[in-house]
Amino acid sequence: MMVGAETIQSALRPAGPEAARLTDLWWIFFWTCASFYAALMAFFVAAWIRGRQNVEPDVTPATERSHTTAVTAALIVSAIGLLALLVTSVAAGRAVGKFATNSNQLEIEVTGHQWWWEVKYPNPAAPNQQVVTANEMHIPINTHVLLRLDTRDVIHSLWIPNLHGKRDLIPGRVNKIFIQADRPGVYRGQCAEFCGLQHAHMALVVVAEEPEKFAEWKKRESLGAPTPQTPEQVRGQQVFLGAPCANCHNITGIDASATLGPDLTHVRSRPTLAAGMLLNTRGNLAGWISNAPAIKPGAQMPPNQLSAMELQDLLAYLDTLR
Amino acid sequence: MSELVINQSEFSTERATLEKTWAPARGVIGWLTETGHKQIGMRYIVTAFCFFVLGGIEAALMRIQLAKAENNFLNPDLYNQIFTMHGSTMMFLFAVPIMLGMGVYFVPLMIGTRNVAFPKLNAYGYFIYVAGGIFLYVMFFIGAGPDAGWFSYVPLSGPTFDAGKRADTWAQMITFTELSGLIVAVEIAVTAFKQRAPGMSLNRIPLFVWSMVVTSIMVIFAMPAVMLDSTYLIFDRTMSMHFFNQSEGGDALFYQHLFWFFGHPEVYIVFMPGLGFISSIVTAFTGRKIFGYTAIVSTLVITGFLGFSVWVHHMFATGLPQLGQSFFTAASLMIVIPTAVQMFCWIATMWSGKLRVATPMLFVFAFFLTFTIGGMSGIMVGSVPLDWQLHDTYFIVAHLHYVLIGGAIFSLFGAFYFWFPKWTGRMYDEALGQFSFWLLLIGFNVTFFPMHILGLRGMPRRVYTYQPGMGWESLSRTASIGAALIALGVLMMLINFAISRRSGVVAGANPWNADTLEWSISSPPPVYNFLHIPVVSGANAVWDAAPDQPYVTGMRFDRREVLVTKTLDAEPDHREEMPAHSIYPFILALTTTLGLAGSIFYAWWFVVGMILTTIAGIGWFWPSKEDVREELRREMAMEAVRD
Repeated sequence: MMVGAETIQSALRPAGPEAARLTDLWWIFFWTCASFYAALMAFFVAAWIRGRQNVEPDVTPATERSHTTAVTAALIVSAIGLLALLVTSVAAGRAVGKFATNSNQLEIEVTGHQWWWEVKYPNPAAPNQQVVTANEMHIPINTHVLLRLDTRDVIHSLWIPNLHGKRDLIPGRVNKIFIQADRPGVYRGQCAEFCGLQHAHMALVVVAEEPEKFAEWKKRESLGAPTPQTPEQVRGQQVFLGAPCANCHNITGIDASATLGPDLTHVRSRPTLAAGMLLNTRGNLAGWISNAPAIKPGAQMPPNQLSAMELQDLLAYLDTLR
Repeated sequence: MSELVINQSEFSTERATLEKTWAPARGVIGWLTETGHKQIGMRYIVTAFCFFVLGGIEAALMRIQLAKAENNFLNPDLYNQIFTMHGSTMMFLFAVPIMLGMGVYFVPLMIGTRNVAFPKLNAYGYFIYVAGGIFLYVMFFIGAGPDAGWFSYVPLSGPTFDAGKRADTWAQMITFTELSGLIVAVEIAVTAFKQRAPGMSLNRIPLFVWSMVVTSIMVIFAMPAVMLDSTYLIFDRTMSMHFFNQSEGGDALFYQHLFWFFGHPEVYIVFMPGLGFISSIVTAFTGRKIFGYTAIVSTLVITGFLGFSVWVHHMFATGLPQLGQSFFTAASLMIVIPTAVQMFCWIATMWSGKLRVATPMLFVFAFFLTFTIGGMSGIMVGSVPLDWQLHDTYFIVAHLHYVLIGGAIFSLFGAFYFWFPKWTGRMYDEALGQFSFWLLLIGFNVTFFPMHILGLRGMPRRVYTYQPGMGWESLSRTASIGAALIALGVLMMLINFAISRRSGVVAGANPWNADTLEWSISSPPPVYNFLHIPVVSGANAVWDAAPDQPYVTGMRFDRREVLVTKTLDAEPDHREEMPAHSIYPFILALTTTLGLAGSIFYAWWFVVGMILTTIAGIGWFWPSKEDVREELRREMAMEAVRD
């Protein structure tokens, strides 16, 4: 899908301080547990060999005493090991929490839907300029970003492993999680709580970029849709408003303000369609509009009976939404 | 070795009388009236194994689907039903029933009694379990298979997002299987506490029996939570009760608390009998009494308690307060210790024993090799911050299978080979047994080890497919190949058992020279178990028996009598007469099934079912003419003594 895709959704390739702390913790746990495992199996194999060599059971008060000593020692060592892991774990948990107290914050609202992500950049000063997008999230690097998590339907779980662990989106509550990216890059996140038919296709792309580029992006996204220029585009806009599209989708700047489906004001600027399932090409978009459930069974967007002409016009119009 | 003290040729009239008194029921109707614990126990084992095969087929279908990115072998709807069926089948229809079935079969034999405490209830429990399983699969085949996961979280399983009868089917299946589980748990606990052979004080109870006792008590505390949860869910769905509807004052998270208050102890319920199997096998194959008997019993009991204090580690990603979560991390790490102590004790036992190697012992090796990995990954997911990354990924799929297959199934299969001669009177084929063992061990690791890496590389679980280019495809395909090896291994084991039960070498009473009472009687065991109730003089009953070991006399052979003893020291208390075969457990199971299955379609069916159940219950308790005569005779005898 993208270059280096194998590392864009990995818990072992941290790209921010939270995830880095978790990766460190992982390796501490891994090596500690691996050593204990190796020691236990070594004792098991030694006992196996020795037991095979014994001509008859060797049960004397002396062997029982030495066993008691050995088992007690093993118990103490295990308990110390576990205690050390507990302390390390709690410390890591607190440290990850502390990153959040940094002040230069950006707030993003993420809302889970079956099966796509709505991403909103609230702008209390100018509510009509708030940015709403879907299945993509742009963040400036070296900035603490507060994600407010909510769901419109069932429980989902937001997981962008390169940036942080997962956090559930639960009806009736707002969960919070802080993320930060240390370097520019494209990361992928995916729903981690089983949420129905298309749980497998509920991904989002996170673009971490320099603050200036982010500001540019945000500025562009806060603008309404441009007025269609060519006759094709004008007809396409009419198709959009006439067909069922406007019943569910919002396009800022025209008479389409429904919020059931993803906001389409800048749909063609996004990298993917259908929550990370398809690359955002004109062909994929055409297929998606014609028969979304055939591509993504269960998708809530109904098939649309458009003539070839109408479809081409519509695509031409949508092409302007960048 | 023959019975503890009894020479086979003696007591032939007593044997004949016992054969007649405890005769199994014959014919089709007879099959439905059977109340013998060995028959019922074996039915649990065979039925649960059939469900294991079904669950395995479901797993194979999933592995085929996941062998390739964006595969179209299963559509998402079918995949979601199948993974739900796989989890529900394995947990509710296989793992718990088969372990409890092993308990129903072996606990009475190991403690020296003739039947479980409530034989009719036992039969009823089995029928309810089968009814639940049939109900689930019938609904699945008519297209109403549950599809919200074996955990069926709300609101996904609630009235808004899961129309039709699918989630109702799941929730009501829980009622069936948990009712049956509770029944067996009560049976086993009461039998083990009240029917032990004289001399079998608490500190001489075989470790397998201890593990079943602790398991049973955990069942008694854990199962009501999930029955309540699933019943609330049905109420929400069928009567709009809003237990879990946040917009009406309910709470979706409350469902998860109740579910995992059951769900985590469930894991211990499933593998704790496995710990008992391992103790039995290690004792027999090292030829020495287990090292650290008291420590092992204490750790079982401690695990039983701690098992109820870790449930929140299934909910670390829900955003609960950090301090509370740390408490559950501490508990989750602490619970490792008791099981580790048992492993240390087994190692010590092997160290100073004379170790023999045969298939059951190889499974002990597999248990150590794999279950320990599951324990280690368990430590990792017990850590709150680490779990934020690992939760709901393929890492968890790997972890839980290492715990459940490594801990429960490998020890169970070891137990199958270990007790196969006791069940059938014949030895299994050792070479084929070892071949099957290696297939299973290798296949298991090839299937599940790569899943750890998949999880760390970001693959969530419960996805019906994944996209190419994520770095998941080759590992997923490897896992799918491993699954084929597992299937082959299980098939080899079944073939081995099928051939050997007819043509294996005759085993004799105690082919392993093992220590527990079931090995003191012929293989397969007589229908009445013990000619005379034995008297036990050590923790290893067979090994500790004197040449002229005493036994219990004064029991009637012409009545279904068992000896009831005191809980602590197993001193004889009184004789208790067991009910004979009865059709009422079956009838009661039919009426209960009608009420429970019907109620998800129309609530009043529940009322109809319960009225019929009450009527059938009257029949259940109605004394037979013979019982009345016997009671009158006793009363007259008492009168005569008093006069």
